[in-house]
Amino acid sequence: MHGMSPTIKVEELRKAYGELRAVDGVSFDVQPGEFFGILGPNGAGKTTTLEMMEGLRKPDSGSVTLFGESPWPRNPRLLPRIGVQLQASAFFERLTAREQIRTFASLYGVSARKADEWLAVVGLEDMAGKRNEDLSGGQQQRLSIACALAHGPDLVFLDEPTSGLDPQARRNLWDVLRDISAQGRTVVLTTHYLDEAESLCDRVAIMDHGRILESGPPATLVRDLDAPTRISVETGTITAEAARGLADGLEVSDDGVSLTIATRTPAPVLSALAERDALRGLSVRGATLEDVFLHLTGREYRA
Amino acid sequence: MTSFVSLSSAMARGFFRDRTALFFTILFPLMFLVLFGGLFKDAGASKTDILQIGAVPVVDQLPAEAAAGLDQVLAVTRTSDRAAALEEVRKGDKAAAIEQVGGELIVHYSAADAVKAATVRGIVESLVQQANLAAAGVTTPAVTLRTQPVEDQSLKAIQYMTPGLLGWAIATGATFGAALTLVTWRQKKILRRLRLSPVPLASVIGARVAVSIAIAGAQCAMFIGVALLPYFGLQLSDQWWAFIPVMIAGTLAFLSIGLVAGAASKTPEAASAIANLITLPMAFLSGAFFPLDGAPKWLQQLSEFFPLKHLVSSMQDVMVRGESFAVTLPDIGLLLGFTVVLAGIAAFLFRWDDA
Ligand SMILES: Nc1ncnc2c1ncn2[C@@H]1O[C@H](COP(=O)(O)OP(=O)(O)OP(=O)(O)O)[C@@H](O)[C@H]1O
Ligand SMILES: [Mg+2]
Repeated sequence: MHGMSPTIKVEELRKAYGELRAVDGVSFDVQPGEFFGILGPNGAGKTTTLEMMEGLRKPDSGSVTLFGESPWPRNPRLLPRIGVQLQASAFFERLTAREQIRTFASLYGVSARKADEWLAVVGLEDMAGKRNEDLSGGQQQRLSIACALAHGPDLVFLDEPTSGLDPQARRNLWDVLRDISAQGRTVVLTTHYLDEAESLCDRVAIMDHGRILESGPPATLVRDLDAPTRISVETGTITAEAARGLADGLEVSDDGVSLTIATRTPAPVLSALAERDALRGLSVRGATLEDVFLHLTGREYRA
Repeated sequence: MTSFVSLSSAMARGFFRDRTALFFTILFPLMFLVLFGGLFKDAGASKTDILQIGAVPVVDQLPAEAAAGLDQVLAVTRTSDRAAALEEVRKGDKAAAIEQVGGELIVHYSAADAVKAATVRGIVESLVQQANLAAAGVTTPAVTLRTQPVEDQSLKAIQYMTPGLLGWAIATGATFGAALTLVTWRQKKILRRLRLSPVPLASVIGARVAVSIAIAGAQCAMFIGVALLPYFGLQLSDQWWAFIPVMIAGTLAFLSIGLVAGAASKTPEAASAIANLITLPMAFLSGAFFPLDGAPKWLQQLSEFFPLKHLVSSMQDVMVRGESFAVTLPDIGLLLGFTVVLAGIAAFLFRWDDA
């Protein structure tokens, strides 16, 4: 990737709503073909950052360039190359799903047949004749994503694409997104599902209070966290007292359902448990992106 | 071009599937027409029906101009059956029957309708005087009779109301259509979504223009169709279709009012309120519902400032008064000028987004 100019270049981006600094000095690059995730608690400034990148909002200061051009003010050269799914879906009133996507597709000069194919890709061919007012929340979400992708954009922005989707739809959408990424397109998404980010993104940025706290490939972030492995068994299988004696420096907690042992050296602990035949309900969990996220952003609620 | 077509069709579908909008733009004004058309069916018919028994040279030999003037006030039916004619007058079906015997012009009338009888007598008397003057060799009499209808009293109610209510319907339809599309598309983030697509703003506005003109066309077809039913009895002038250009200019003018209302408001409620505030008083003050001829002078002068006045009076001129297309040109110019100014204001106020 060296030597190539980045698809997206964001430098010292800032945006305030009155006193509130929603985005407070954000910089990052996204390389061609990269799958980039922005994570962060509610109100972290993800949507605001995305909207400045899309050219929907004017930054107070800092700059965004997409393919070397500024998206603000409305830049007709960029528009055909980008696809956007907004956090709040927007549909024409009283049109059916099919009419909806065909209308959007035609704005980009895409044929009705191609539009219908995208309806099938997101599993809505049976809903094609339904008005968008009669679609479920998840179906609307899928339609909105199909409308963002139908014209085959080089750069895709997705704001919480899988929120409100059932597990099947979520996995199917992951496949769709992996597909478009495999075709060499650049994808930027925000999500609250850390497993999603871990599974899809080449690189993530974790945001809070309008700043990027950490960024990098998910595996690197997890490794750098150097968090203990958690071994759980069913409560009553072994007493907390006995568990603490299995090895040195163990952190043991019991919530009445399972007893959890946190350790950096899981192998001896596991064999000690096996010797005592205390493996009922065993689960072993390494650190995940979620641990990184909670470690960085804390556990308290956000406004 | 394709984006213009697909946006127009999206807008039109949205409109025709919206029962409330359909009701208020098409059915509601039509209800007014049916209601008032029925109520005032016989009002305003100021022609007096008379019978002419046999040849009446005084009438038959009137110069063309004078004959046309007479036509405005008297509807003359010719008959040769004297007895039947007198019977009709006696029953009150006709106001009078005239007959010429040598140098004597006889007016048979019934005392039952004194007003009409007096009208006929007055007119016939003046005809006789004119004839006498001519016979005496006075070719340019000192005083001549010219019957001049006070226009809107001479128009039957339906003749007046069809263009008037139609003008009002077009004004309301165009204003509300544009205002509500703009606000709801902004509020529902459709404009925001369109801003992200390569569609030019001109296509979005152009689509609204096309849909508004199509709706106005539908309103015209419905109105004229209903008013032409024998029950209402609308009679169109020969070149009635010459109202189409002024109708389009009027649609554009009100569409631009709607765009300003929509651009200036954040919610559909506010947009409707503004649109109502503009179109409703204007309808009363522009002669769309009733003629302004009897209104105070200042009101008549004020009405000149309202685009609806120009739309309605031009439509009346060509649809029912038999005027030619040329008569509407000044009004078309005014309406288009108005459109340009308001569209400019709307463009200045326009926002893709309310965030
Ligand atoms: N139009 C606006 N006017 C005022 N404040 C706003 C506006 N939009 C967002 N904010 C505020 O800016 C902050 C960042 O909002 P933003 O929508 O970017 O967060 P987010 O990370 O996308 O959150 P979420 O995960 O809930 O979608 C929030 O505190 C929000 O209240
Ligand atoms: Mg958001």
